[in-house]
Amino acid sequence: MPKRTDLKKILIIGSGPIVIGQACEFDYSGTQACKVLKQEGYKVILVNSNPATIMTDPEVADRTYIEPITAEMVEKIIAKERPDALLPTLGGQTALNTTVELDKKGVLKKYKVETIGANIKAIKKGEDRKLFKAAMKKIGLDLPKSDQADNLNEAISIAKKIGFPLIIRPSFTMGGAGGSIAYNLDEFKLLAKRGLESSMISEILVEESVIGWKEFELEVMRDLKDNVVIICSIENFDPMGIHTGDSITVAPIQTLTDKEYQLMRDAALACIREIGVETGGSNIQFAINPETGRMVVIEMNPRVSRSSALASKATGFPIAKIAAKLAVGYTLDEIPNDITKSTPACFEPAIDYCVVKVPRFTFEKFALADNTLGISMKSVGEAMAIGRTFKEALQKGLRSLEIKKFGLESIVFNNLEDMRIEKEILDKIYQKLKQPNAERIFYIGDAFRAKLDIEAIHDLTKIDRWFLHNIKEIIDCERELIENKNNITHELLRRAKEYGFSDRQLAKILSLDETVVYDLRKSMNITVDFKLVDTCAAEFKAHTPYFYSTYEK
Amino acid sequence: MQAYLVLEDGTIFKGRSFGASGEALGEVVFNTSMAGYQEIITDPSYSGQIVAMTYPLIGNYGINHEDAESRKPFLEGFVVKEYSKLASNWRKDQDLGDYLKENNILAIEGIDTRALTLHIREKGAMKAILSTLDSSEQSLVTKAKKSRGLMGLDLVKEVTIPKKYVYWQSKENKYKVVVLDCGVKLNILRELKRLKCNVTVVPAWTTYQEILKENPDGVLLSNGPGDPAAVGYVIKTVANLIGRLPIFGICLGHQMLGLAFGGKTYKLKFGHHGANHPVKDLRTGKISITSQNHGFCVSIDSLNKKNIELTHLNLNDETSEGLRHKKLPVFSVQFHPEASPGPHDAQYLFAEFLKLMQKSKKIKYAKTH
Repeated sequence: MPKRTDLKKILIIGSGPIVIGQACEFDYSGTQACKVLKQEGYKVILVNSNPATIMTDPEVADRTYIEPITAEMVEKIIAKERPDALLPTLGGQTALNTTVELDKKGVLKKYKVETIGANIKAIKKGEDRKLFKAAMKKIGLDLPKSDQADNLNEAISIAKKIGFPLIIRPSFTMGGAGGSIAYNLDEFKLLAKRGLESSMISEILVEESVIGWKEFELEVMRDLKDNVVIICSIENFDPMGIHTGDSITVAPIQTLTDKEYQLMRDAALACIREIGVETGGSNIQFAINPETGRMVVIEMNPRVSRSSALASKATGFPIAKIAAKLAVGYTLDEIPNDITKSTPACFEPAIDYCVVKVPRFTFEKFALADNTLGISMKSVGEAMAIGRTFKEALQKGLRSLEIKKFGLESIVFNNLEDMRIEKEILDKIYQKLKQPNAERIFYIGDAFRAKLDIEAIHDLTKIDRWFLHNIKEIIDCERELIENKNNITHELLRRAKEYGFSDRQLAKILSLDETVVYDLRKSMNITVDFKLVDTCAAEFKAHTPYFYSTYEK
Repeated sequence: MQAYLVLEDGTIFKGRSFGASGEALGEVVFNTSMAGYQEIITDPSYSGQIVAMTYPLIGNYGINHEDAESRKPFLEGFVVKEYSKLASNWRKDQDLGDYLKENNILAIEGIDTRALTLHIREKGAMKAILSTLDSSEQSLVTKAKKSRGLMGLDLVKEVTIPKKYVYWQSKENKYKVVVLDCGVKLNILRELKRLKCNVTVVPAWTTYQEILKENPDGVLLSNGPGDPAAVGYVIKTVANLIGRLPIFGICLGHQMLGLAFGGKTYKLKFGHHGANHPVKDLRTGKISITSQNHGFCVSIDSLNKKNIELTHLNLNDETSEGLRHKKLPVFSVQFHPEASPGPHDAQYLFAEFLKLMQKSKKIKYAKTH
């Protein structure tokens, strides 16, 4: 299908100020969309209140309004500009909410503005918990079990039916009092009573807890001809219970067989079709019970998201750019793959490396803030790293955070050669593993240094044993380096580099100067190799020079 | 233990063994699937080949008893960047390394599989040797050069089942399919079972008379290894079946149909081995992301266009991916609608086969009554 010629002017809503939970990823996606639509010959009208964005550079859109992103203001802009269409799916949650409000006020109808990408019905179906639940039930997808109660007896009978632990969510609370978790009936009675009291309509939602389950995400794209492809699969290092934005995440999925992955893929395809996102990207989250394999759908974002930016850079597939093209009528097979140029964008990227995203926290700037992690997001940013092994990508990611850690270094032990594993230290490690927090990844390293085993750490953190095994290999390698400090072999140094140890980190471990490590490495001919990100695992020639470093020569 | 992967052109990769010890010869190919190594290892179509996985981290979820695609591994050797010594998954029964040792398959880790892939992409698939015994580079290159390769080689006879067997039978089933086993993947049989067909599997050398004696409603020509031009005896059987009953060919089955129709096949430079190839159904315009595993291809220009229609096209390199006879109930695809590993997008083709059998049965019924 060629692009639509009935549209001339398209309005794009930006994401507004950067806040925790919504950073520059929507500037990235919005800018891509503006550029693409302009190239395609459309007139692009942009509204965004944030001056520190690329999209508000005067040459990006045809007309830019630096105004508050409210339905009132956007209405005025629509009245003045009279756009034919509104593309709401590239400016994050703010854009989506504003669009829904414009529709509610009748503005879109009044000025005959068509929403492209996702229509209002799809946005509501994806965002409204009740509608989403009904939609998923209709296509036979499993969700966490839940039911509503307006009195304690009813709540108790629901609790008995579902089983513990349970999450209690009061409906319509004053001041947004959140949910609580009950692990047994006594706790439940107390918390349910409190929940009913705090709800303005005396109603609570009792929901099966999936805390500790494995968490996954799929980035999905669909075109007007109903072609659907998965751009990227993501596995969370941190299990359910920690906001995805605060979790270390890994692409692609590491611990599912193809049978299990394909069931998830089928579910994602069914989900985007049922919700009715006509074109563009969506993000769908799943949880899997690690003991039984039961898979449930957690949520769906009918728009590009934080994960889309990650998925784009992790695979080389420009999600926002393609989403904008799909919104104006192109189909996936009509758009060339930017990187190979010879193959179409209608495919699923194959990657031949491992990508790790690590969240960046700034608790040091807020002395009184609680640095434990839960279901609301606290990180302020993130770093992504690519390596040929998970170990390499993780260590690169940690040193990219700029928190004076040059890899998976110790947080409690000052001297690795003379570690005193005292009771207070062990207690602290236990506590830091059990209660998710911003520094937990470093405490996991220290737990291995203190000779805890994979099972013990898994029991405390519920982090998958495969990830823990990889961290243990990093720590074992560090131990080997310390023990052979005066006799570093080629094999050992090369392995350390393959595991992502930086020269600076090695210098500290070996009590050497960084330049000495560098020279030693050079003398052993262990040098950096730059490999290409090419969307196709080297199957086709790549034309875009996008690289990552690794040690493999 | 140290191990070597040596290519016939003298390229040498050193790594560590994580499978059986010994020596293995084969054509080295790369597969770009990010998951599904168990299905790949047990796919009989890989007989004669050493498979390198482009995804670097392999073994992560182990091996389970449910996901095998045949009775044992058929590939000659397995090449990865990093083998995971710990496997984590609720269905895991065994570690990959132990499984390979048990089945006497050589495997090597610590290989720059991207460099290997780039090499194959540039120079084409080539003969190679995996060894844990010999460390003389010269002797290894000589052995690789002398190995049999794939051209003109009948590998089907090495992987087909020795005796006919009934895979699935139920009184409620309306249709019977005979599967001509040239190295069939179990998921093809599972798909037929799912569609409520009785399934009988017969060896590749079964004659067309013997197949017709089974009184099937349709015949499925399976996938399989090696050069399609080397299995003349099966192509003869296929040629004799055409026009007598509905036929569905998959992969090697598709190539054999192409040859039976008088067409030609040729060898691709490095083949298609992966789970992300876009294929367009030219009748509907619909695109499926498909699972692929083939080194040979049907030349569509070599076929008589009056009778044969091209139905599927690979959007990456525009090679032929499917054909059908314009009048007879015969069709085939080059890719794998049974997936395993890979997306389920092309599953609809099994339903098309069922429809063909329904239609043929109706016509047959009308003729005899």
